[in-house]
Amino acid sequence: MLENPAAALTIFVLAIFVGFEVIAKVPPLLHTPLMSGSNAISGITIVGALLAAGHEDATISTALGFVAIVFAMINVVGGFLVTDRMLGMFKKKKKPERA
Amino acid sequence: MNNQLVQFAYLASAVLFIVGMRNLSSPKTAPRGNLIASFGMLVAVLATLAMSEVVSYWTILAGVIVGSGIGTVLAVRIQMTAMPQMVALLNGFGGGASALVATAELLSYVRRGVEPVGVVPIAIVLGLLIGALTFTGSLIAFAKLQELMKGAPMVYPGQQVVNAVLVLAAVALGYLVVTQPFELMPYYGLALLSLVLGVLFVIPIGGADMPVVISLLNSYSGLAACATGFVLGNAGLVISGSLVGASGIILTKIMCDAMNRSLANVLFSGFGAVDQTAVAGAVETRTAKGYTPDDAAVIFMNARSCIVVPGYGMAVAQAQHAVRELSDLLQSKGISVKFAIHPVAGRMPGHMNVLLAEADVPYEQLIEMDEINPEFPETDVALVIGANDVVNPDARTDKGSPIYGMPILDVDRAQHVFVIKRSMNPGFAGVQNPLFFNDNTMMVFGDAKGTVLKIAEAIKNLS
Repeated sequence: MLENPAAALTIFVLAIFVGFEVIAKVPPLLHTPLMSGSNAISGITIVGALLAAGHEDATISTALGFVAIVFAMINVVGGFLVTDRMLGMFKKKKKPERA
Repeated sequence: MNNQLVQFAYLASAVLFIVGMRNLSSPKTAPRGNLIASFGMLVAVLATLAMSEVVSYWTILAGVIVGSGIGTVLAVRIQMTAMPQMVALLNGFGGGASALVATAELLSYVRRGVEPVGVVPIAIVLGLLIGALTFTGSLIAFAKLQELMKGAPMVYPGQQVVNAVLVLAAVALGYLVVTQPFELMPYYGLALLSLVLGVLFVIPIGGADMPVVISLLNSYSGLAACATGFVLGNAGLVISGSLVGASGIILTKIMCDAMNRSLANVLFSGFGAVDQTAVAGAVETRTAKGYTPDDAAVIFMNARSCIVVPGYGMAVAQAQHAVRELSDLLQSKGISVKFAIHPVAGRMPGHMNVLLAEADVPYEQLIEMDEINPEFPETDVALVIGANDVVNPDARTDKGSPIYGMPILDVDRAQHVFVIKRSMNPGFAGVQNPLFFNDNTMMVFGDAKGTVLKIAEAIKNLS
């Protein structure tokens, strides 16, 4: 799909612009969740890790792939969970019961 | 599954990421946005597992279980005040994963005896360089924020020259890798050098500049993922990675603008280290007036309005709940309470908002700088809790000050200013704050949490 470097670059540049457009709308209030959430998305590199670890024969690549999966999963799972936890705090609450 | 179909699945997940991030623009839709984005990730993972290349599932299963386990424990255990170091750490793992993927791909090319062509070798080099740099850079940022190492900038003579030489060496090694991908020595050299560069880039940057560093590392982790997308010829990865890259770049720019400093100045000037000696030389002749929490309570009893200005000191003292209690108490006395949030207050973008949200302060009460500044002259009390440089009037008036030109919160224009501070030590920028010596300023010395609680207690006793 990305054999053609020009096509790849086109996708890259357009995606950067989409990113600018989308993120510029996020208010400062939510900058921390934005950061941890986008952080989790950068864990998309898990795709590469799965491919590296899933090869038929066990090689050094498989071992690197395994470590990469662990790293990427920490990034993905940790990122999305902690973002969810934070966003839960921004929800409208009834008058808190704390004294 | 047909690999063409898999590519469509990646496209779907990229779209889900975009829709998810769009939903982050309002607190009401944001939780849904995060859910949509995580669903996008699930789609990408499942599609990859369905690819014909993936045949051995045990390694994958083990990796997924270990990684998810660690990620879950981190996410559930972490305290909200420690969120900056958490984000730094997660960034680091993302970058590290990308560097490992780039390496695994190169080794796989070598094993198959197929030479990588087109953009692939360049992407491998960039994936390794950015990924490894992000990994160690984030670990150093984590160590600084977690106070495992000193937060102060570490500078030494010739630092810039050393870094420049190392960057040139990295470029040279990168060139060797691209031209002779089967010679692995330059590659391993580059790997080592990238790890070292990550450390060297972050050590000269001081604690209060961390919002910039974290935003930048966030951007890098996205760009590293993007590079692996080019390596694998995977458009979904390229799109998702560049989204994150763009988000990090925007946040970096917002943070730099909020300090009126260029990115180069933040990264290379060792800001906050050089000024210390100059300040030590100047003898402070003015004295700040110290007051007790009871004095503060008396003023509050006659006030109608209050603006709270939180800073990193509130996070350090874990004072957010105490602050909320004081705010509730004041409101029950008919005093209006707002919170003024400076963009770089704390150690990461939006740090104060998260802490106050944790303490159940309604987000409608949190007001951004430009919006709240005109309100200070009509405000009876400005309560500064653990903030310093972001309320320093010198930034407006003193051209010689290192922070001149930085947008600040105009607390000095309020009728009364209370500053809760542990001591008279200067802030991160190493400059004295004339606010503390103003006639309308009352310094209340002490730990943020204890002092806020004492003020609340004193108000209760008075009424």
